[in-house]
Amino acid sequence: MKLTDSRTIDADLPMVWNALLDADVLKACVPGCTAMSGSAEDGFEATVVQKVGPVKATFQGRVTISDRVEHETLTISGEGKGGVAGFAKGGATVRLVPEGAATVLHYDVDASVGGKLAQLGSRIIDSFAKKMADQFFTDFQAAVEPAAPSDAETPETTEKKGWFGRLKSA
Amino acid sequence: MPKDINEVVGRREDARFLTGTGRYTDDITQHNQAAAVFARSPIANGIIRKIDVSAAEAMPGVLAIFTGEDFTEVGGNPAGWMINSRDGSPMHEPKRPVLAHGKVRHVGDAYAAVIAETPEQAQDAMEAIDADFEELPAIVDMAAALSGDDYVHDEIGTNQCFDWGWIEDNRAATDAAIQGAHHVTTLELVNNRLVPNAMEPRCSMASYHPATEEYVLHTTSQNPHLTRLLISAFVLGIPENKLTVIAPDVGGGFGSKIYHYGEEALVLAAAKKLGRPVKWTADRTEAFLTDAHGRDHVTKIELALDAEGNFLAFRTETMANVGAYLSNFSTATPTFLHGTLMAGNYTVPNVYVNVKAVFTNTAPVDAYRGAGRPEATYSIERVIDKAARELGMDPITLRRQNFVKPDQYPFASAAGLEYDSGNYDALMDRMEEIADLGGFTARRAASEAKGMWRGLGINAYIEACGIAPSNLVGVLGSRVGLYDAATVRVNATGNLSVMVGAHSHGQGHETAFPDIVADMLGINAASIDIVHGDTSKIPFGMGTYGSRSLAVCGSAVVRATEKIIVKAKKIAAHMLEASDLDIELKDGVFSVAGTNSSVSFGEVALKAYIPHDFPITEIEPGLEETAFYDPANFTYPSGAYCCEVEVDPETGKVSVERFTAVDDFGNVINPMIVTGQVHGGLGQGIGQALLEHTTYDENGQLLSASYMDYTMPRADDLPFFHVDHSQGTPCTHNPLGVKGCGEAGAIGSPPTVVNAVIDALNSGGKPVTHLDMPLTPHRVWSAMQTV
Repeated sequence: MKLTDSRTIDADLPMVWNALLDADVLKACVPGCTAMSGSAEDGFEATVVQKVGPVKATFQGRVTISDRVEHETLTISGEGKGGVAGFAKGGATVRLVPEGAATVLHYDVDASVGGKLAQLGSRIIDSFAKKMADQFFTDFQAAVEPAAPSDAETPETTEKKGWFGRLKSA
Repeated sequence: MPKDINEVVGRREDARFLTGTGRYTDDITQHNQAAAVFARSPIANGIIRKIDVSAAEAMPGVLAIFTGEDFTEVGGNPAGWMINSRDGSPMHEPKRPVLAHGKVRHVGDAYAAVIAETPEQAQDAMEAIDADFEELPAIVDMAAALSGDDYVHDEIGTNQCFDWGWIEDNRAATDAAIQGAHHVTTLELVNNRLVPNAMEPRCSMASYHPATEEYVLHTTSQNPHLTRLLISAFVLGIPENKLTVIAPDVGGGFGSKIYHYGEEALVLAAAKKLGRPVKWTADRTEAFLTDAHGRDHVTKIELALDAEGNFLAFRTETMANVGAYLSNFSTATPTFLHGTLMAGNYTVPNVYVNVKAVFTNTAPVDAYRGAGRPEATYSIERVIDKAARELGMDPITLRRQNFVKPDQYPFASAAGLEYDSGNYDALMDRMEEIADLGGFTARRAASEAKGMWRGLGINAYIEACGIAPSNLVGVLGSRVGLYDAATVRVNATGNLSVMVGAHSHGQGHETAFPDIVADMLGINAASIDIVHGDTSKIPFGMGTYGSRSLAVCGSAVVRATEKIIVKAKKIAAHMLEASDLDIELKDGVFSVAGTNSSVSFGEVALKAYIPHDFPITEIEPGLEETAFYDPANFTYPSGAYCCEVEVDPETGKVSVERFTAVDDFGNVINPMIVTGQVHGGLGQGIGQALLEHTTYDENGQLLSASYMDYTMPRADDLPFFHVDHSQGTPCTHNPLGVKGCGEAGAIGSPPTVVNAVIDALNSGGKPVTHLDMPLTPHRVWSAMQTV
């Protein structure tokens, strides 16, 4: 299945770019990710636990980043094997375009599944994949964007950064 | 034989089927039984790099693990028919191993099997097998498979199993007829792939007795003798006298349980290795992935007509998917069960059929209720309907004009068969009457008044059943004969056990067959029981498929009963001190002609087993006879069908409002069973036309592998059926005059429904000429938007 969408992230382009290459960010944003190690250069090893319909499985997989054009575009590809549950593989080509102080993140996701997962039918799988992608980019946005000021905090004392930004500036 | 031998009575087998007291393979549990679970490929095509079973072997309860390595020394599961290509070369027949070896070739292809104390332990251990595959591009689309450089079987070097021409000598004449025709109608269509969906998934249980070296296999089979033959002669080499195959109650097959499957061989091998009974029961997903699928043809058909609407030629080019391996009947289904029917009910002088069978990385495809004849009927009847629309002719008139007429039998069809009897006009007359075609205009107006488009679909079909004359099928490439066998055993106390080769898995043989014997002997059918499904009890049998049970096995029952009568008359003659030539049998009483001297059937039976005063040089003790019956020809059921649909112009949803099926099944033994068979066939055919669709994605993943995505017809998808079989013309060459009724509904109904939907769309101002099945709301609505 294919998904194409974009999101406007309230952070500057270099910060978004760096976040995309950060194992901690990826671990936090990949839904169900319980372990993520490695680097953008050498690839990441990931463990993801997910429940799709009636199938719950632990996927062991490898994530690689390729076709990098600094601060413009990259491709994230991954393949996870879930044993008897089957497998999932896919990639996302991400393109970043600055828009004022914000960054527009365009993504084209191409995902496929096999084995028991595929037999669940496209209705479950397509909606699941869309949910996963939405979740990833929502979490990614939250990680990178400044947190919305809450009533309890005074705006002046809150730094306008997401947790990734705070982490990086600490 | 008279028609309607007995009044309608309930089916004997229904008492246990409806009360949950049937005895299916999975209901049978043996002492010390172990469980088998299969590891199945998650990918459509790939090289097996590694199967590490060490972790699985250490799991609790695990007794043994098998992989393809364990079966390299045994044979493969063969195709039952050898087909030659147009150039005379034999078809390609790759080995179909018990377990995949070297490569996996479709999702669900079994590459390992775990035997454990319990199914749960076996399942857990199966999940612990560490298998690694090098995934290769999946070959899914047939056209791409034929033109590409990737092969399902590398050793063959092509994905084309065969390129068959029927009849090759008629090709030039057919081409010329089309070239010179006044009008040629061309139609490209897809006959959608179907999953059989028997109610009972497959199940096999084997046991082995080391002292006698005897195996017993309980399995979900439509033909236990054929399964035994395949295992003995081709796969495992177990001597037939050491292998008993028992198919107890079987919950439907529709073709999918004709074939021998690797799971049967696996449990036999495991039972021997462990010295314990081993059972495997498929789950529903395994049924979707591994039961042989049906149909899956892509066809271009041309119909040539002269200026008066006379048919001059049919010419077809078909790609038939055989999946990843050749299932037992897979090469016969798209050829001799399809091409030979391509003249339909018509006097068309020229027919040429070309079928290319194509290997793909999908589940094997084989005979499914109708088996080739639905594909032929669909092509013929759709293109005729299109021609009628193009020429502005009435679809009934066009068909009638080209029908074979009653005085033309026996009729040699242009596709090579000799139709023995029929009356297609009488069927059409009866259909027009029952369907009240005169009232259609008013019904259409009523539909339009509520905003619906109403369509009328017409169809005529012929099929070939009673499979089949062994001498004919031998010439055509069959590796087996297609006779059947029966033993009639008269017990000493006068009741009868009749052992029949045809297995009953819903067809009602246990009710219908005793009626034949009872009628011939003049005794009560209640004293007669049928024994079937056990190779140790039955002389032989080629099984139940192709609507052959009554026509072929029923005829064997007749022949065996005739022998019983001959011998019983000798015994009666001895008892009555008369000549056996003077003995008459009537109403269960043997009497000397012209006298009141008589003995009852029961007295003769008892005498047969207490032969104190027999002239032993003239009469053997006992009263038991066996007959093998080999038919002289196929039988040719035919029918005229009609359907009315409503199409919702807003959504494209189709509802079948009326359905009339008038069939010529020859003589009818049990009208209720025949009606039920037609109902079932219609349900499946309407399911194919509107709902059922098997979908593989481009990676060879089966997306429609559950009832979430594979739509089975339900009661509210079906209308009341008007079923009639009053216009039977008896088969001329079997003693019962019967033709077979099991598949007709599934053959005749898909084109009827599609023709009706096309008619409805045209009535709504949408000049759609064709839609591929299933006619889902999405497809119908989309077509409405693009014309």
